[in-house]
Amino acid sequence: MHEVDMTKCLILSMEEWAEKKNKEKIIVEKINLKIGEFTCVEPISLINTFNAAVFGSWLDSSEINIETIPFEGKCSKCNRSYFPKKENGYKSPCCNFNLEEIISGRELKIASIDFKEK
Amino acid sequence: MHLPISDKIELNILHQNSHQAEKNKVKFNNYNLLCLNIMSSPGAGKTRLLEITLEDLSKEFQSAVLEGDMTTNLDAARLEKLNIPVVPITTGRACHLDANMVSGGLKLLEKKINPNILDILLVENVGNLVCPAEFEIGEHFKVALLSITEGEDKPLKYPIMFREADLILITKVDLLPHLNFDINELKSNISSTNPKADVIEISSITKSGLDLWQKWISKKIMKFKK
Repeated sequence: MHEVDMTKCLILSMEEWAEKKNKEKIIVEKINLKIGEFTCVEPISLINTFNAAVFGSWLDSSEINIETIPFEGKCSKCNRSYFPKKENGYKSPCCNFNLEEIISGRELKIASIDFKEK
Repeated sequence: MHLPISDKIELNILHQNSHQAEKNKVKFNNYNLLCLNIMSSPGAGKTRLLEITLEDLSKEFQSAVLEGDMTTNLDAARLEKLNIPVVPITTGRACHLDANMVSGGLKLLEKKINPNILDILLVENVGNLVCPAEFEIGEHFKVALLSITEGEDKPLKYPIMFREADLILITKVDLLPHLNFDINELKSNISSTNPKADVIEISSITKSGLDLWQKWISKKIMKFKK
């Protein structure tokens, strides 16, 4: 259900961006998102919710493109980076240390917007 | 028709919410008011914990509550009996509080009381272990409750909630003798997900651990007011 509110925030951000571009004169083709694996967002749900929410609006013809950013942590003992796994309690495989530092995977970003001028 | 243009903006999707959360925090800071965001699954014991916490806390500190609920004002009605300012926020279909809702709640609170006289604002979020973790409301600290009836694995299943929390309260520990529950396994799963969080075991029935929770709050208020 939170994808609905994420979509609302995304559309508001798009509105804000479009105001600066003169919304009437542009067509948004693609919204490129970076979504981290260690977030509450399910990419397919976000895409479906977005498509339903923008139906008939100025963003109707735009497409969501999601780049998934891997969940990566850093071992606080030996500084090696690793991909934490739930099955292993997110511990580092090298030193079996708890996950202290997250390098990536928390991203919820609009990376770029591809658009055309009418 | 022109050629496509790519505008690299690198903007947080939740930027609208984060922006309002920052505004809320500025307001809390101007009022010298510490704000805690209290989160858990439904039925973990947030409202009962607030009831017994506020009974004592209100003797030392001026407190108020923003009470998030999807459809009813039942929890707010329980807390109002403690004679403290309570503002219910009914979220409707939304399964979490967002920064705009809290801003609206704060405006209603300002009509009830001058927030300058308050020391602490406790915001009880909607019962949910997923969404509230991603939506900042302008809080200074996040407190997550986890009752032992929910199982040892929950920190691993809902890692964002427990990773984001500054304090994790293990609730309903009075039920330990009656359940096949390994509290050490739960603590190990909490450490795996969030090694930096403070952890307190608490029971709203026997009031064990209540003193530690009260001390945690007092320390945060004193440090904040310095």
